[in-house]
Amino acid sequence: MLINPKKPWDDIPSSEITPEDVYLNRREFLGAAVGAAGLATIRPEAVAAAIRRRAGLQDPEVPAIVSMGEELRDDATEWRHVTGHNNFYEFGTDKRDPARNAGSFQPAPWSVRIEGECENPGDYALEDLIRPGEVEDRIYRFRCVETWSMVVPWRGVPLRNVISRAAPTNNARYVRFETVFRPEEMPGQNAPILPWPYVEGLRLDEATNLLAMLVTGVYGRDLPNQNGAPLRLIVPWKYGFKSIKSIVKISFVEEMPLNTWQEMQPNEYGFFANVNPEVDHPRWSQAREKPLPSPFRSRDTELFNGYAEQVGHMYAGMDLARWY
Amino acid sequence: MNAKRQLLLVRLVAWAGAAAPLLWMIYRIFLGEGLGADPTAELTHWSGFTATTLLVVGLAITPVRRITGWNSIQKVRRMIGLWAFFYATIHVAVYAALDQALALDFILEDVLTRPFTLVGAAAFLLLIPLAVTSTRGWIRRLGKNWVRLHWLVYPAAVLAVLHYELGQKTDFTRAPVTMAVVLAALLGARVWLAMRKRAAASARGTRARPSEG
Ligand code: HEM
Repeated sequence: MLINPKKPWDDIPSSEITPEDVYLNRREFLGAAVGAAGLATIRPEAVAAAIRRRAGLQDPEVPAIVSMGEELRDDATEWRHVTGHNNFYEFGTDKRDPARNAGSFQPAPWSVRIEGECENPGDYALEDLIRPGEVEDRIYRFRCVETWSMVVPWRGVPLRNVISRAAPTNNARYVRFETVFRPEEMPGQNAPILPWPYVEGLRLDEATNLLAMLVTGVYGRDLPNQNGAPLRLIVPWKYGFKSIKSIVKISFVEEMPLNTWQEMQPNEYGFFANVNPEVDHPRWSQAREKPLPSPFRSRDTELFNGYAEQVGHMYAGMDLARWY
Repeated sequence: MNAKRQLLLVRLVAWAGAAAPLLWMIYRIFLGEGLGADPTAELTHWSGFTATTLLVVGLAITPVRRITGWNSIQKVRRMIGLWAFFYATIHVAVYAALDQALALDFILEDVLTRPFTLVGAAAFLLLIPLAVTSTRGWIRRLGKNWVRLHWLVYPAAVLAVLHYELGQKTDFTRAPVTMAVVLAALLGARVWLAMRKRAAASARGTRARPSEG
């Protein structure tokens, strides 16, 4: 079965578009690849090798499985940049602060409270929330509102899988996410830089779009603390600040949640924060981006970060300049 | 220490202080760990911060001299101003050549439509004539007007600090505010010194200079 990454994949369960063999774990997979050299399994192996190269990793703890975004594999941003350049104000406002200051953060054990308008509220251990059989690797573009961008191989599960198990009721129209509040482990939280804890939200249809992912790893490894361990959101068609990190609470609500950056500066940051080259930030143009580590802001930014085919329908008829 | 050697020492210290950020950056690029994932941002912040700091330091010299009577430091004011202009030029060049990749249409749109960049550009434009006329020849040629022209360093510094403040995402409370407070104190000191001088002058006028005799 061929995977065409250009085709819309929305509403196709990932188990149907990902061949069986790529679900094998890495050791089994390598054996299979060696045995079947030159056959159909070559492709995931090439992907794994390319990613390993980009990651600059010598050991084999790197994904062999990529179900989405393979066309981006040669553009993947190096591991040292993905894990060394982060906006995670809980650990400081400088891009290098998180890598420096997140060392003593304890991402395990971890539990997530699911609450609000749903049939299965409760406290869930991370292991119960993220089922191993559902884990996939996907390479997504990542666009920060500050105009830099990366290409990142994430590992995680579709958010919709978790949402469907929580079984939201008819009253649920939005999903609200909250970051952990641990000032003793997160030095940035001791200063009033932002109103802690960090809050984000999605409309329910956005949250159940197949692109929305609950991420536990990057480059096939567990998330480093500075990248939002142990559990973060990735919504690749939105600016990076929507992709909330170190999630401890998922609430199903009726009203649109007030996300942290909108609360801070409502004229600069909205609820939707969809990547859009035509809607500028008050202080800079969003028309182009800097694909790090390039020094040049010369890549044309795409509507919905290049994922218009998969997500555009959710915003049909909406004034994107008003709902920024 | 005689006056000549003291002046030489002050010059040396000022020169080393102003050149240190440049040497540090060269070290980081060529010998250190490099500039990380976003070298353009790193260079922009480094050059903008250094330029603004040196502008403020340059403005501190006259009040400090008046208050301490340490006259030799006056001689390095021009040099510090020129270093500030040097870093400001790197800042603008990094913005145009790297950040904007020399796309003129984007540069114009950005600078003309957004207060943050407009204020920065205004600061830079004010600094250009000051740098150009900083030579001995120009000082001689302009005479009294030189002092008048170089008064522009005050609005330039105010604009630079305002630009710094406008560029902040959340951190309104730290470095930019510190810089603004220091600048305001320096401006206040200048005004206070000018008022004291005027008061002293008028006192001398009415009391027929009793102390001079
Ligand atoms: C055409 C003129 C200028 C433009 C387009 C410009 C543009 C910029 C940009 C894009 C930033 C980075 C903002 C960010 O990423 O947060 C910045 C920061 C800054 N600029 Fe400028 N700038 C200009 C002139 C100046 C001048 C003349 C000075 C000082 C003499 C200056 C001082 C600063 C300072 C202090 C910062 C903040 C540095 C920091 O965050 O540590 N700028 N400028």
